[in-house]
Amino acid sequence: MNDMSQMMADVPARSNSLFDVAVRHRAVLASLFLLIFPLIMPFKALAANILIYGLYALGFNLLFGFLGLLSFGHAALFGTGAYFCGIAIVHFGLPWYVAILIGTLGGAGMAAIIGALAIRTRGIYFAMVTMALAQCVYYLFYQAESWTGGENGLRGINVHVIDIFGLKFDFLDPLTRYYVIAAFVILALFALSRILASPFGAVIEAVRENEARARASGYNVLLTRLLTFILSGAFCGLAGALAALHLSIVPIEMLHYETSGMVVMMALLGGMGTFFGPFIGAAVFMLLENLVSLWTVHWQLIVGAVFVACVLFFPAGIWGTILRKIRP
Amino acid sequence: MKPRSDTDNGTILRTFDVSKTFGKFRALKSISASFPRGAITSIIGPNGAGKSTYFNLLSGAFPPSSGRIEFESRDVTNVPQHKFAHMGVAKSFQITNVFPLLSTRENVRVALQALVSRYDIWRPRAKLPGLTERADALLAQVGIWHCRDRVAKTLAHGEQRALEIGMALASDPRLLLLDEPTAGMSPEETRVMMDLIVKLAQERTVILVEHKMKLVMGISDRVLVLHHGELLADGTPSEVRQDQQVKRVYLGQREH
Repeated sequence: MNDMSQMMADVPARSNSLFDVAVRHRAVLASLFLLIFPLIMPFKALAANILIYGLYALGFNLLFGFLGLLSFGHAALFGTGAYFCGIAIVHFGLPWYVAILIGTLGGAGMAAIIGALAIRTRGIYFAMVTMALAQCVYYLFYQAESWTGGENGLRGINVHVIDIFGLKFDFLDPLTRYYVIAAFVILALFALSRILASPFGAVIEAVRENEARARASGYNVLLTRLLTFILSGAFCGLAGALAALHLSIVPIEMLHYETSGMVVMMALLGGMGTFFGPFIGAAVFMLLENLVSLWTVHWQLIVGAVFVACVLFFPAGIWGTILRKIRP
Repeated sequence: MKPRSDTDNGTILRTFDVSKTFGKFRALKSISASFPRGAITSIIGPNGAGKSTYFNLLSGAFPPSSGRIEFESRDVTNVPQHKFAHMGVAKSFQITNVFPLLSTRENVRVALQALVSRYDIWRPRAKLPGLTERADALLAQVGIWHCRDRVAKTLAHGEQRALEIGMALASDPRLLLLDEPTAGMSPEETRVMMDLIVKLAQERTVILVEHKMKLVMGISDRVLVLHHGELLADGTPSEVRQDQQVKRVYLGQREH
């Protein structure tokens, strides 16, 4: 894991090498990639799915890669975002943009609740507590059938036209839909990059590196953890809200613990603690899932094998390994 | 630098009957002591004397089981650790404790940032004025400016200890607490560190915990000797050296 040290630090270097310039403009570069991404993808709907799960993985990685806390309950944040967005549209008839905001705040709010209960623990205990609380959330939404549709999922999130400043976009057209979702993901990318480069971003790293030292330096470690969890929840909630709009339905599986485990795999596959790695991880994961399942129903076997190989031979993840190779 | 009450002009830190028990083990038994402002006070004692426990109480790592601690006449018994830096108390750890994967300069910069900005998620941190310059100045002060761009974990042991002191100085503390600052150091590194401590003490109060008695006798204004969790002696180095009980405790024990 020692080799990971170089890329773990989110240092805004001052040098003007091409690599450092690229690091400083990582949000712009990532956005450009998202703009051309659907053109190189076999299915547009899959591209939109990757956007959503990529954002989910980026939000998760803020807590996992940058703060160093492994949560096994992020499905609760993703799912709450999706349900809140869906409920806002289905039950309250609110416009789509308000619903997205509600979903984002829902993810953050759920993170505040789970975080307040879990942040005093660390390591495996933190993973277990978050997982247990996420299961509580699962049953809460499962039981609240009149609001959530229970086992059948929340149906009827029908948004056909996206109206932005008088411009109307046909949300049923796959490519248009992709770019509408991409617009939100790009906003999130810029926000995330900004958070990581902010003073608080430095505190997140400091707490990951050495809690005792951070505390002695005058940082409130528990509060830092809680705020990072809430920020992570906001990104995951936004991803969930976009998923609800994209799928027109919120399946109860979004809250399932498999959804929590999947995002851990995505982050590790792509490279924890890197800015864009989790997105790459999500893309590879979902491409494998889609392409291999065309050929065999045992796609999980292949994805699992790739994951194991990756963890064993590229512990820095796909993106992390690439970064290390091209870093001067 | 002004004390909160006139009667305490000369005292920066004071403990009243502090005890600490871990389960059934009484690590510290009712220690009352006051620490003079502007002096170097050393806390010495053989292994297991309770030095580190006492140090941890003084630096707020955990609260005492009973008793009271006052810093500048203010009750700080239950003040959480992270507030100490903001009150003007800083510490270094017995075991080297830096941010290993951050650069040496970033280590100090983060420590400095704690006094300026802790929860700002929006402004670029590079725009916080003066932090990098002050980090470099602190690195120069503790003699490791030449290491500023290196990842902290690649520094030599002595350099990491110096870095830690640089980070402790970031809050410009009125009271600097050092837990065995020369632990594991070569004689040469030890000499450099002792010189540094004397230099730092010109502008602030220093309390240091040390295992090696000889090392601190020359630089200390005052020495507290702990033994089996009790305060055995408290006085100037020459008084302590003459103390019969101290002699007995240290007699036959090889000094390092």
